[in-house]
Amino acid sequence: MLAPHATHHLQNIAASIRKDTILMLQKAGSGHTAGALGMTDVFSALYFVLLNHRPDEPNWPGRDYVFLSSGHINPVLYATLSEAGYFDKQELSTLRQINSRLQGHPHLGSLPGIESTSGPLGQGLSQAAGLALGLKMDGEPNRVYCLMSDAEQQEGQVWEAYMLIAKYRLNNLTIFIDRNNIQIGGKTEDVMPLESLSAKLKNFGLRVSEIDGHNFEEIIDAAKEAQSFKEGATVIICNTTSGKGVSFMENKFEWHGKVPDESQTRKAIEEIDIKLREIQSE
Amino acid sequence: MSDQKQSTRDGFGVGLLELAASNPKVVGLCADLTESTRMQGFADKYPERFIQVGVAEQNMVGVAAGLALAGKIPFAASYAAFQPANSWGVIRTSVTYSNLNVKLVSSHAGLATGPDGATHQSLEDVSLMRVLPKMTVIVPADFEEARKAVHAAAAHKGPVYLQVSRSITDPITKVDSPFQIGKSSRLLEGDDITFISSGPIIANVLAAASKLVEIGIRARVINMATIKPLDVAVIREALFQTKMIITVEDQQRIGGLGSAVCEVAACIATEKTVHRVGVDDTFGESGSPDDLFKKYHLDAESIFTKTHELLAKVS
Repeated sequence: MLAPHATHHLQNIAASIRKDTILMLQKAGSGHTAGALGMTDVFSALYFVLLNHRPDEPNWPGRDYVFLSSGHINPVLYATLSEAGYFDKQELSTLRQINSRLQGHPHLGSLPGIESTSGPLGQGLSQAAGLALGLKMDGEPNRVYCLMSDAEQQEGQVWEAYMLIAKYRLNNLTIFIDRNNIQIGGKTEDVMPLESLSAKLKNFGLRVSEIDGHNFEEIIDAAKEAQSFKEGATVIICNTTSGKGVSFMENKFEWHGKVPDESQTRKAIEEIDIKLREIQSE
Repeated sequence: MSDQKQSTRDGFGVGLLELAASNPKVVGLCADLTESTRMQGFADKYPERFIQVGVAEQNMVGVAAGLALAGKIPFAASYAAFQPANSWGVIRTSVTYSNLNVKLVSSHAGLATGPDGATHQSLEDVSLMRVLPKMTVIVPADFEEARKAVHAAAAHKGPVYLQVSRSITDPITKVDSPFQIGKSSRLLEGDDITFISSGPIIANVLAAASKLVEIGIRARVINMATIKPLDVAVIREALFQTKMIITVEDQQRIGGLGSAVCEVAACIATEKTVHRVGVDDTFGESGSPDDLFKKYHLDAESIFTKTHELLAKVS
């Protein structure tokens, strides 16, 4: 059971990350809003509870690794990294601009805290599996986290990687799937049905748990269970609401690849502040 | 060892075993072509460092990238028709854009693949690989050079593409000739024309050069074993010192070694020309490599005749 003050702390962090995400996207003028807001709670739990990491020493050899395979939602990664202290928050406003370290999609080597390059969907899991395999070969204790989108499961390479992950029993790898049911062209089940995703993954030899991706306690419990499961890798299907926290963006696939204008940004930030006060006064 | 007729894939297999003995960071990955890419010896001797990924070339490249992030030196092997053809986008984003220390080894390149037919005769891999930033592209000519190239690839920090072949040739290079990435070597002295070639097809170029001597033409033969980075100084020298450059490759004329040489020559002010011998914008077919080389004008006789014709036009 997460203590009330711990929950409040994570709620504050998530609200701050959501606001930064919206502000940086509005400033950038292009990018992906819905998925970034939908995964904010998972990112908050990861970087502020679960990870072994040192923001002031990003290449610390003992760290856990986070690979964001669905690179298009990287504003939430950038906002989280700056919230955690990897770099100054002021730099967030340079997203997608010339000479910025904050590339439109994550690039290994451009910014401290970025562990892998991604953008074209389906490539992160193979890399995460390779890293997990290499760490296991050397008996290193680091854990690898791979974050993917649901539509990304439509890429064949992902299933090649699942087979390898099961074969080599990569118990140092935890996979989060953002199950928000939308993709750029509509609902996942209309574009290319994924269900029953959980059964498919189990048939590929993976341990699967399914959680509410906005419930900190469920996120943390599922990740800790994955850590203690020694037989192989766990996939945590996170049921999320795309655009979470901003009523006019929630569950609307139109916001997948769109950014707010100035007045929408103001409204969104007001709403996030009001909601935070509401839930914390309950 | 190198007096015998052997292939560049054999050189890779031997080189990898030598390297693995001295460097524990070396790991091998294969997409179920372990015997024919000559990774089997490594897999047998170092099972704990060998990863069988199954028939999954995209995943193999990604896993290799992850292993590089864990500090390993991964060698990932398949056929050139599958790697890079099936995995080019993964190589681009997961390997070269991150500048990771991944070594891609692709066998069965070119018409030399023979009876398997056009599906398996990769004629485009050099072109596909040399266009990627950070990528080093090596096409060794014979067993010895392939063996040395494995060591050079491991010593080089960054992505490397090593193309090998099942062509069995007499030794083309010497056991004691040094191999250095980015440096070509001169196999035959001559000041009339210059052949620039890479890979086992050089055997045909040398045979054509011998025939040219009989009609009084002395050809210089350059082994351009590294196609990227290219040995520019040698191309410049050949342009000024000889009547023309003829490139010969068991690849498409478009995009490969010939194109790379033309890109250099186009920026040098001379009236000399570069002629490209290679597969002329068409697919191959089944047949013995010798029959194919004849039909597609990559045999010694065709190279000789072509050169003769070209020289008649300039003089």
